[in-house]
Amino acid sequence: MEFLFAITIGVLVAAAVYLMLSNHLLRFIFGLVLISNAANLTIFVAGRLTDGAPPLIPEGADAPALAANALPQALVLTAIVIGFGLFAFAIVLVFRAWTTLNSLTPDDMRLAEPEEAHK
Amino acid sequence: MAGGFATDTRGNGLTGIVPVLFAAALFAWFASMVPTIAATEVIRLTIPWIPSLGIELAFLVDGLSLTFSLLISGIGTLVLLYSNTYLAGHPQYARFALFLTAFMVSMLGLVLADDLILLFVFWELTTLTSYMLIGFSHETEKSRRNALQALFVTGAGGLAFLAGLILLAAASGTTSISGIIAQGSALKEHAMYLPILILLLAGTFTKSAQVPFHFWLPNAMAAPTPVSAFLHSATMVKAGVYVMARMHPAMSGTDVWLWTLTIFGAVTAVFASLLALRQTDLKQALAYTTLMALGTLTLFLGQESGYAMTAFATFLIVHSLYKASLFLVVGCIDLSTGTRETDQLGGLGRIMPITAIAAALAALSMAGFPPFLGFIGKELKYAGAIAVASEPLFVAGAALLSNALMLAVAGVVAFRPFWQGAVPSGQSPREAPWQMWAGPIILASLGAVFGIYPDLLQVALINPTVISLTGEVGEAKELKLWAGINIPLFLSIATFVLGLLFYWRHVQLRAMLERGFQSIPNLDKGWDSFLDGLKGFAKWQTQLVQNGKLSSFLFGTFLTIAAGILLTLLYTGMPMIAVDLSDVEWKHTSIALLTIAGALLALVTNSRIAGIAALGVVGIGIALIFIVFSAPDVAITQLLVETLIVVLVAVVMLRLPSMPKAEFRLNHAVLSIAVGVAVSLTLIAVVSSPLDLRLTEYFEVTSWPEAYGRNIVNVILVDFRALDTFGEIAVVVIAALSAYALLRTTRKGDQK
Repeated sequence: MEFLFAITIGVLVAAAVYLMLSNHLLRFIFGLVLISNAANLTIFVAGRLTDGAPPLIPEGADAPALAANALPQALVLTAIVIGFGLFAFAIVLVFRAWTTLNSLTPDDMRLAEPEEAHK
Repeated sequence: MAGGFATDTRGNGLTGIVPVLFAAALFAWFASMVPTIAATEVIRLTIPWIPSLGIELAFLVDGLSLTFSLLISGIGTLVLLYSNTYLAGHPQYARFALFLTAFMVSMLGLVLADDLILLFVFWELTTLTSYMLIGFSHETEKSRRNALQALFVTGAGGLAFLAGLILLAAASGTTSISGIIAQGSALKEHAMYLPILILLLAGTFTKSAQVPFHFWLPNAMAAPTPVSAFLHSATMVKAGVYVMARMHPAMSGTDVWLWTLTIFGAVTAVFASLLALRQTDLKQALAYTTLMALGTLTLFLGQESGYAMTAFATFLIVHSLYKASLFLVVGCIDLSTGTRETDQLGGLGRIMPITAIAAALAALSMAGFPPFLGFIGKELKYAGAIAVASEPLFVAGAALLSNALMLAVAGVVAFRPFWQGAVPSGQSPREAPWQMWAGPIILASLGAVFGIYPDLLQVALINPTVISLTGEVGEAKELKLWAGINIPLFLSIATFVLGLLFYWRHVQLRAMLERGFQSIPNLDKGWDSFLDGLKGFAKWQTQLVQNGKLSSFLFGTFLTIAAGILLTLLYTGMPMIAVDLSDVEWKHTSIALLTIAGALLALVTNSRIAGIAALGVVGIGIALIFIVFSAPDVAITQLLVETLIVVLVAVVMLRLPSMPKAEFRLNHAVLSIAVGVAVSLTLIAVVSSPLDLRLTEYFEVTSWPEAYGRNIVNVILVDFRALDTFGEIAVVVIAALSAYALLRTTRKGDQK
């Protein structure tokens, strides 16, 4: 099972990397979303997959008899939210770049490092 | 030109006096240790420094280190006294005194350190402080260049030296130098002996300016003359010699040691003597004779016999005394007449009688005339050379030639300007003030005193030093002026004849040498083009790596990630990959395919709306994975966030232009696939290895009894790891505030 999802994650990462390399900020954002999804899934899969046993303690018991690994779930929960924060900021930054510089091609944004400085 | 001495010979007030007193106090302190050391004892001082690594602030006073300490602090005192007048009224004298004193203390630390790491710290401190001193006249381009050259050459050697020290410590299991020496010949049989030796010698040869690393030393003459006197007599350049001497008991006796030191030393000695005779500038000539002395000292350290060791110890002291004295004399001549060119000097003997006497005494010692210590040193050198079992002719020949040349140089530097010709018109020299002739006179007289009463030196310093060098008592040979009619005596006579011949013909010889050396490649000439090349390379690679393009930064980053992971997997051998698909059900396969389909659609589409939809598909697919595999809380969060993302992208995208059609880039595709494969393989390797569930079990059994929560994930987030969650909230708030700030300024900008 983990093998199957390891392959899935590989495809997600490959797609994300290709999009991030594309030198267009919208595609970059798409890649960013994909790669953070892939990262979350990696943490989850690395903690092993357990079907149909949520990490809950039944009434009357002190500990679950059989439960999925709770730790990666907690980590992934945090990661999803942080990833969203990053995404929200990135997309606003892209928007701001567009309104100010009128471009979505990062290689054309040379205000801080003008082309002449590299001659 | 009028005499250049400062009118105010009182010097620089307290700033001038305090360093002199400090150095004198150090000298007195070391002198008080002489009786203990003469009784063949040692003094140790140990302060714990880094106990976990076994590194201590360990200091050791034995014959070798005491000899060096006395030379350093004694000559330091006289040089500081001299500088106070030489640089009287210099606006930056305080800085000069600070550098010189700091250099002296570093040098003392270097020779007293009994720990490899401590030794290295002081080693580098001498490099740094000497850089400051050589570049003291920092307004001149030449001075800066030469200081930088000295720093680079000795600094590069210092790196090799550090590597050698670390290997040495690893091989011996201790950083204590006495500890390493106490292990006897264990080091010589160690498998790492050769690398250690090469690295250490790379450090000491650059520091002690052995051919071919000799070029920086004459250039270091850009420093004020007192600095040259100090750096070239007792310190800096002797640091390399000191380390070789210190390691002598533990490392000498092998063929590599013998031949490397003998050949480098002999070549340096002869080569430098020829170069010295070629110079017309007095200071440059002295600089090259320093090289000769360093070569000779190295040559003797290559041997093991008691004669060679005694010769080393004696010549070390002889050289320090006469060389410091002569440098200071040249400083007097320079200030008095305004030049250091031999052709423009003459007849100074009557005008500067005291300086002339100091020069004569020092030069006679340098030339090796009896009854000076230099004569004894020279006799011992020959005795030591003959005692070399393997190649007595080669070593004695090198010693004979370099000594004869030394005699000629001594004549050129200390005889000719005083006693030949007349004072050229236009110069009005004066005798130097007492602060400036005191040093040369004292140092030069010591050469005579020790020559007439060699026993003083023998017991106090020579015997203990030889013990440090050989590790055995009773190896030292006797210092005496008259050793009977023997081979060294004949060699001495040959030296005098040859040397006087060289002096008589030195003008013609110089012209000949001038022609000869034109054809020899010199590293100094290549130095500037080497530096330019280095700078050009730095610029080129900065432009290559830091080209200011996001796409190439990302490409480099991903390439590093892929290469790093894949090469590591390859190197460690592919981990056991268990392709276990037995428990895969149709729902798992369909969810995986859904997610992959979403990702591929996002990859290929040129439509913004399709892209958003594709991202939504991926998000839903992942949420489904969370649901199926028992993570309902995560799934809920994922769905909420996914919704928000789609909303945000949709809002923003309405204001952005549509995407251009993407061109297929093969190199990007290959790199992407490589990164994907690397991630997949790593994850498969992770899930194929056993999982440590202790932490999860801890949360499972403590969630309810300790935190009263039945949802373990919730309890982890809000109780066990509450601070993490707080941090997470902070991140989201900061992101929101930043986004708000960006959008606000946009609106303002629009209004304008």
